[in-house]
Amino acid sequence: MASTVLTPPKHRAPSKSDSIGGNGHGWDGDGFGGGRGEPSPAGRPIPLHAYRMGMYMALAAILMVFAAFTSALVVRRGISNDWVPTALPGLLYLNTVILLASSATLELSRRALTAGRGEAFAQWLYATLVLGLAFIGGQLLAWRELVARGVYLSTNPSSSFFYLLTSAHGIHLLGGIGGLIYLVLRARRIVSAAKQRTIVEIAALYWHFMDGLWIYLLLLLTVRS
Amino acid sequence: MAEAHAPTAHAQHAPQGFIRKYIFSLDHKVIGKQYYFLALFSVFVGLLLSILMRWHLVWPDAHIPLLDKLSPVGAPGGLMTPEYYLSLMTMHGTIMIFFVLTTAPQSGFGNYFLPIQIGAEDMAFPRLNMLSFWVTLAALLTLLSSFFVSDGPPLAGWTAYPPLSAVGSVSGPGEGLGQDLWVISIALFCVGALLGALNFIATTLELRTRGMKLMRLPLTCWAWFITAIVGLLSFAVLFAAGVLLLLDRVGGTSFFVPAGLIVSDKILSNHSGGSPLLYQHLFWFFGHPEVYIAILPGMGITSHILSCFSRKPIFGYRAMTYSLMAIGFLSFTVWGHHMFVSGMSPYTAFAFSVMTMAIGVPSAIKTFNWLGTLWGGRLRLTTAMLFSIGFVSLFVSGGLSGLFLAQPPVDVNLHATYFVVGHFHLVMGVAAIFAMFGGTFYWFPKMFGRMMNETLGKIHFWLTFVGVYAIFMPMHYLGVEGNVRRYSTFIDDFMQPLLPVHKFMSIWAFIVGGAQLIFIFNLFWSMFKGEKAGINPWESTSLEWTVPSPPPHDNFAGKIPVVYHGPYEYGVPGAEKDYIMQDSPEVVAESH
Repeated sequence: MASTVLTPPKHRAPSKSDSIGGNGHGWDGDGFGGGRGEPSPAGRPIPLHAYRMGMYMALAAILMVFAAFTSALVVRRGISNDWVPTALPGLLYLNTVILLASSATLELSRRALTAGRGEAFAQWLYATLVLGLAFIGGQLLAWRELVARGVYLSTNPSSSFFYLLTSAHGIHLLGGIGGLIYLVLRARRIVSAAKQRTIVEIAALYWHFMDGLWIYLLLLLTVRS
Repeated sequence: MAEAHAPTAHAQHAPQGFIRKYIFSLDHKVIGKQYYFLALFSVFVGLLLSILMRWHLVWPDAHIPLLDKLSPVGAPGGLMTPEYYLSLMTMHGTIMIFFVLTTAPQSGFGNYFLPIQIGAEDMAFPRLNMLSFWVTLAALLTLLSSFFVSDGPPLAGWTAYPPLSAVGSVSGPGEGLGQDLWVISIALFCVGALLGALNFIATTLELRTRGMKLMRLPLTCWAWFITAIVGLLSFAVLFAAGVLLLLDRVGGTSFFVPAGLIVSDKILSNHSGGSPLLYQHLFWFFGHPEVYIAILPGMGITSHILSCFSRKPIFGYRAMTYSLMAIGFLSFTVWGHHMFVSGMSPYTAFAFSVMTMAIGVPSAIKTFNWLGTLWGGRLRLTTAMLFSIGFVSLFVSGGLSGLFLAQPPVDVNLHATYFVVGHFHLVMGVAAIFAMFGGTFYWFPKMFGRMMNETLGKIHFWLTFVGVYAIFMPMHYLGVEGNVRRYSTFIDDFMQPLLPVHKFMSIWAFIVGGAQLIFIFNLFWSMFKGEKAGINPWESTSLEWTVPSPPPHDNFAGKIPVVYHGPYEYGVPGAEKDYIMQDSPEVVAESH
């Protein structure tokens, strides 16, 4: 009746347990996580690869939140005639430059880490943190400028979306700043242990994503249909 | 990230002390049970609400005891107001959809068994896992607290359409603080669901043991994995919709509320130009995938159980995985079929209609493969097996009426009637519940180390199986007759003659509700008094049946299994037993 084709067991030689685990992304092979080395007696560490995957998934979810906001904006702008564009404070462009600069310093920090220059790593990390905080401060000043002009959350749909998008982005960036503070506090251990570098990589992924997201939001808020 | 410094978060040392072990546990098995019991509590709250509704529907003058204690305003003297009926309906739907159907099959069983079935010691991120449970619990408590605020729970339905849900207490009792709590609860739930989904995906992709190729995953794992992806993409959108709705309610914005609205004889002048339809689009972009979030894990569990108790390999393993993927993908393309009556362009409606019917194809593939699995099998009719066959039956019965509703011209007539209520209760609600029962009877020995009572299980099955058909099949007839849904009484003369049908359904609802007490008794009695379970009482093949019942803290006591076989090697000619465990190095010659 039921016949099953059985594949003889394949005894793969245990792959050398590297810091990432897994042996690349394959479909049929022992792709993704499968195929790690023999379990260590102290329990198996979570492959650092998993952290990267987790971050990708978190970014996918965040992307969907902003995709939903975007479609809401496009529909809301197109559907009614009460949309009065809100003139954006010029400060936003300065903030944008600051945020871009923070991405650059974070990359410099990462390079320093790869090159084994621990001190420069920490310094560029501090610079990134300061620039990140400066961006948040700048956004708050931009809000104040709008408030001084009498533009509030409920003034107009365009201002509603402005406050919504800037605050949603700001909250996410604050999460990134939390991550940077974590890195700063652990800078020494990160320099000494190669395994810890994945945290830097993941934090950088998040930070650059927030940077790109802001550019996108700025375009969305400035481009008029 | 906080975990990166402690990569050995789940070494063998089990935490000592009650709090770390059972309350704030990082162990996926404890978290899975926490989710399960959260859903179990919720399902009884939801069931109680539905019984109150059925009671009031057919005996509108009856005074329901104790109800006036719960809500002196909503049910003065035990006689519920029409508004309170809507509140109960809203809470029934919200609790059942989010805290039962989304929670138990995915977060409950998935948390417990995904890591074991793939040969991992825990989920990828145990701390996030704990966090997602506690956020979900906070969401449930927030929702339930609306029963105890002054004007009661919200009445805008589980879909919370604006403007009703967006303009505040002027639109009815419960639309003040109650609706605020609803929105906050759902936003919290989204956060918990997103964290959980992220964890499931990373775990499935990264933590599989050696030899556990994707095409050797049990279909349960495939279903949890696909559901996690669907959840990750859809709950984010619901979260966004919830934020916008909350801003309309408390921030004075006009995303969803149009201008010049007259509610309860008052002109609302503080809004302008918003679009209620925008909310509907956002909501259903989540809402339709949500249907599959509820049912896909059930499909996985059913496939797993059917194969085991038919003693046959699952029919068409690859087709089963591809159809799961197809359903997951298509679920994002059909949300408009919930909005055929919203005045959408007939061309748009046609497109949504075609996509909706396209889902029938992978669904039919699954159904025929289940039947193909059963065909010629040496069936072992355990309670778990009965519930799984029941799942197939309910999925077919409820699914077929979906083909009617997928036609815009038919849906326009049936949309606001009991036809739709019958459809989704059978195909999504009860079918998923049957999968949960099946999963409970199948996995109980592993989770609690004892067997459940089969006699009680079968009595419970037959009462429930016959009962749910008796409740929900007549709803289709009522719908065709034009019986409107969401009404608390039927005073219109054309609905009066239908009252005997409603009485029939209500009586069966009480019977089915009572029958669930058998299950509860069986569950808790068996936990302490049931027959001791061995390692593999069902002669199953997947990895959870290679470890003691219940499994040790790190699942495999340090001996991580290596996988050599697919998950459904039953009835293998030439094998020592009639099945081969996934981690068995046994080689059997290919035979035809």
